[in-house]
Formats: sequence, structure tokens, C-alpha cells
Amino acid sequence: MLSFIGRSIMQKIITLFFVSVVSFLIIHLAPGEPSQVDPLNPKFTPEMVERFQKAFHLDEPLHVQYLYFYRDLFTGKTVSWKDNQSVLWKIWERFLNSLPLFVVGTLITWTLSFPVGIRAAIFRGGLYDRSTTFFSYLLISIPGFFFAYVLIIFVVNTFHVPVIGMETFGLGEATWPNALMDRVWHLLLPSVLGATGGIAVLSRYVRGQMLEVEGQDYVRTAKAKGLPPEQVHYKHALRNALLPFVTMFGLILPGLIGGSVIIESIFSWPGMGRMAYEAILARDYAVILTVNFMSAVLVLAGTFVSDLLYLVVDPRIRL
Amino acid sequence: MTKVPPDLLSGDRSMGAPLVPKQTRAQAFWQLFRQNRLAMAGLMIFVVFFFVALTGLVLTSGRAPFLDPAQVRLQEKLRPPLSNPHLESLTPEEAPLLGVYVLGTDDLGRDVFARMLQGAWVSLTVGFVAVGISVFIGIFMGGIAGFFGESHVRVDHLLSILIACTGAGVMAGGGLISGTVILLLGLGLFAYALFRRKAATTGPVPVWLRALNRETLSVDTVIMRLVDIMLCFPSFFLILTVVALLPASIYNIMIVIGLTSWMGAARFVRAEFLSLREQDFVTAARALGVGSFRIIFRHMMPNAMAPVLVSATIGIASAILTEAGLSFLGFGVPPPHATWGNILSDGKGFIFDAPWLTFVPGLAILVVVLSFNLFGEGLRDALNPKLRERS
Repeated sequence: MLSFIGRSIMQKIITLFFVSVVSFLIIHLAPGEPSQVDPLNPKFTPEMVERFQKAFHLDEPLHVQYLYFYRDLFTGKTVSWKDNQSVLWKIWERFLNSLPLFVVGTLITWTLSFPVGIRAAIFRGGLYDRSTTFFSYLLISIPGFFFAYVLIIFVVNTFHVPVIGMETFGLGEATWPNALMDRVWHLLLPSVLGATGGIAVLSRYVRGQMLEVEGQDYVRTAKAKGLPPEQVHYKHALRNALLPFVTMFGLILPGLIGGSVIIESIFSWPGMGRMAYEAILARDYAVILTVNFMSAVLVLAGTFVSDLLYLVVDPRIRL
Repeated sequence: MTKVPPDLLSGDRSMGAPLVPKQTRAQAFWQLFRQNRLAMAGLMIFVVFFFVALTGLVLTSGRAPFLDPAQVRLQEKLRPPLSNPHLESLTPEEAPLLGVYVLGTDDLGRDVFARMLQGAWVSLTVGFVAVGISVFIGIFMGGIAGFFGESHVRVDHLLSILIACTGAGVMAGGGLISGTVILLLGLGLFAYALFRRKAATTGPVPVWLRALNRETLSVDTVIMRLVDIMLCFPSFFLILTVVALLPASIYNIMIVIGLTSWMGAARFVRAEFLSLREQDFVTAARALGVGSFRIIFRHMMPNAMAPVLVSATIGIASAILTEAGLSFLGFGVPPPHATWGNILSDGKGFIFDAPWLTFVPGLAILVVVLSFNLFGEGLRDALNPKLRERS
């Protein structure tokens, strides 16, 4: 067990090192330089460019730049090239904005997918099963931005509420129930949109797991000895079907820093995805690389956690 | 005596004849596939989409296209679908070909029907070329990992790759000629090291040669760690970064999507190869002296294609979605050219006044992506040997 943990951490650190090298190379070898983003700006004199390059070590060879960058990152001193603010602080601010979207979206996903998937598995081949199957394909295939506009048109025309942004502008002296409802309306659409793909995939997965367990001998035995169907489905089958989902708790970690670029820009939501998008447009390498690095860390940590959870939950697995 | 079912009797009668299956694999597959109505619908839509995209390419390209997607008519802006043009305010060549704006016009008075036709080709090619690239890389990587996985990377391989990388670095740093020389030297050494057998010398092996021959990691480990590394990147963010940094072009999008989505295919091919490699027909082929590459491509690959085909079909759907998302954000094909994503993006300012600018491209993307997904799922079911036995 301990040796497994040690080995896996070592492996992940090596992977992380290569990820950092590759992402650094991708950014720096791509054509275009941060100093050329706005070449027509009269304030961008050659002296300015030179000072800029000196300040961010852009005149050094690549490997020296790499060392400088990751030294700054680990000591928490990285600053954005655009506005000289601390990158970690910027990310933290945006992370707090994205967090409600992530939490509500995840809650919607997990609370909806399980009942839908279980019911589809129990009534396999029935009308409910077939329609949810088709519906989940529909949800996987619908482009997020199109669905966003469909929902905006629907909600605005039916309920006459504003939905763009995090809250209605100029709501200064509203009473707290009004302010709360305003926040809820603004939160609803982006989090539903963030959950659509997840609902479709997860409910199919739940259905598949349930079907597999329902085909096992012990479920047939339970049915044969005359147990009520609820007890068979929910006590004998469901508990065993839940096993793989425990590990999925680890796999939702990377979503913390993802934040959908498209949904956040449609809803003018000042979250992580939008910040990353703006950083890409401004060639703010420090922010891009930091976001990339952190999300790689979260992916690796997520797989690590899910491996560990598997070990804890399933006594049959011994490493 | 028990009753013998009649089909067993008939089988008994043809015992002497060579055992020819009643139907070929393709026939069995088609019979199973046809029963899946959703998948058949997906296939139909795909065929229709293919021909629409092809006619769209013919009708909208060239110097004087039949349907000009870039024709601006400011006096005719935001006309709803199926509305008649005001012919008196248009010159004859500005009038729409069909005498009516089939899908309306956008905020510059451009015919949405023509623009949709032009965009169909972009979606189709992006889907197929990107997935073609990713499947190619995936098969290559997965095949090597699955077939040669047990052999090890030797120190001389690593050294020659290191030399080649240094050469590439020097080239990027400016020294074109010296960089190229070092790069070619490294590649040449690598090719030599790859085909060099360990010399079966009888005498004492010199120390440096032993150091060069030392084995480090297995090929399988190297390739699978590479897959792990690629999976660490947030894919849409990575694609967005690269596409934003590179000059705007549809080919860059195809290549980037292809380069960032080969991991699934590689894993499938590797898994299939690991099990196929142990089977008797491969051993037989090897005993006959068939070369490795012929075994890989002639004997093993056709048996490993099923999961790759399924994941490729679904990959096309997601590549189309990714391209639409990118052109919605304003990357990709430069503006006068229409794609479904940027038609929708142009119309987003008018969602309440001109909803067709949102619904027409949105529904088109939805239907095409859905058809690929359904087709892929049907393919998965029909290629599944468990299901085939049951029917």
C-alpha cells in the first residue's frame, strides 16, 4: 500500500515535469511574441519593448526562462504580464466566482443522473429507457453555445428575468430576498448548461453499471426467493453498482479549474474560463502557463485520489 | 431417441462439404445494424449531409458562384426565412438564386442559406481530417506499444534522440545550417541504432559499448506515459491556446484537434494488440517467417479496427463540436468565409429580433453531431461479438 502510494506519487511528479516542459515549449515556440500584441500602439516604443523583455526575462535563452518561470511559480511570485498583478491572487479571485457554478452544476448532475439511470436500467428496453437514451444523445450532441441561447430566449421570454452576468447591475438597495432571487436566476442557466453533458454521460454510465449488476446471479437469487422488487433493486443491486462511482469523486477534481470558456463568455461570468480566454488573447504567458500547470496538477491528483478510493472501497483490490 | 432440430439435421448433411459460413461478416454486421433504427437514421442523415456539403462546395465556391455567401445587401438585412426579396431594390445579380430567402438573411443582408451551404463543407472536412490525423497517430502509437511493447529503449536510442532534439533547438534558436546538420545526424544515428543488432562478439565487449547497450525503459512504458502526459492537458483550453497563437486557418484547427485527440485510439489499439499478439494466427504467421510489419498491418490491424472505428465516428462528432465552438469564439476560418459556428456567433446580437440566425446553424450542428453519435453507437452495438452471437 505505502509502496504503491510512493511509486504513484513519483510517477505523477515525473509526468508533471514533462507536462510543464511541453506546455512551456508549446507557448514559447508558437509564432508571435507578447511584445507584438499591439504593435500600432504609439506608447509601445522599442525601449518599452526592451524593458518589457528584460523584466520578464524574454531576452534569455529558453531553458533559463523555464527555470525563472517555475521558480517564480513555486515561490508564489509570478505576476501577470498584462497588469503586474499576482497570478495566484487573480486565479483565486476568479476561482471564487467559478466555484458556485461548479458546485451547483455538479449537484445537478449527480442528483439527476442517478434516478434517471437506475430507472432506465430497471425498465430496460421500455419507453422510458429508449426515450432517455435518445435524450442523452441529444444532450451530448447539442452545442453548448446554441443550447445557451435557446435557454436564454426561453427564460427571458417566459419569466422576464435578466440572466446575463453574475447579478443585475444597479440593484443597490434591493431587499435581501430580491437580491437572493436575482443571484439564483443568474446562477441557474450557466450551471444547468455546465451540467448537461455530465447528466447525459453519467446517467448512461449509471444505467450500464446497474444493468451489469442486475445480470448477476445473486440478484436472480434475491428475486427468486421472493424479495420485494424495491429491496432487490436498491439493496442488492444498487449498492454493488455504486462502487465505480466512488472513484469518480476524484475525477471531478479537474472541473474545479476548468470553467467553460464558451459558457462563461456568453453569460459574461467573470470566472476561470473567461480569465484564461482573456489571457490567451493578451498572450499573457504567465497566466496561461499557471492555469495549465494547476489543471495538470488537479488531473493527476484526481486520478491519484480515485485510485486510493478504489483501494479503500474495494477489498478485492490489493496492490 | 430425442428429437433433433431440423437445422441441425441439415448441418449434419453438409458435413462433408467445406465449412463455409452462411453469411459473410459484412452481411452479418449489416443485418444487425439494420435493426437499430436510431443508428440507421444517423447513417441516412450522414449521407444526406455529405451530399449537401458537396453540393454546397460546388455552388458557393469559384469566382462567380451560383449562390454567393458573401453578397451583402444592406437594404435586405434580417429578413426572416422564406421571405421574398424586394426585387425592385436589387440588381439582378444580387437577387437570391431561388427567388426567395430560404433561411432568411443576416445583419448584412447575406443569404443565410448560401452561408450554411458554405459552412457545411468546413464542418465535414474538419471532422474527417482531424479524426483521420488522430486515428493515424493513435494506430501508430498504440500499434508500437502493443506489438513492440516488451522491447526496451536502449541508451544509444536516447542519445541519438537527444542529439536530434539539440539540433531542433539550435534550428529554432537561429543556427539554421548547423541545426539541420545536427538534427539529421541525430536522426541518422537513431535509424542506425534502431536496426542495429546487438553484436554477438565473442571477445570482451568494451565498456562504452556495454553502456550504450544498456536497456532503460520499455517501449510500452514510454508510449503510455506519453499518453498520460497528453491527457493532463485540458483539451479545449490547449486547442484554444494553440489556435489563438497560430495564424488563423482551417488547416491549423484540423491539425491541432488531431494532435490532441489521438490518446483514445492509441489505448484501444494497444489493448487489442496485447490480446491479439498472443493468439495462434499471429504465432502461425510468425512461424512462417512473415515480417513484423506485415503481421501488424495485414493480420492484426483488421482485427483491431472495430473499437477504433467506433471511437473515430464519435470523434468526428466531437471534432465538429470543437470546431463550431472555436469559430463561435472567433478563431479559425478568417471572417468572410462562413462556418456554422460563426454564423451563430454573428447572430448572437439579434437573438430576440432574428432568432433564425441562432436556430438554423444551431439545429444544423445538433442534427449532424447527433447523427454521428447515433451512428457510432449503432456501430459499437453491431460490432460487439456478444450481441452478434445472440441474434
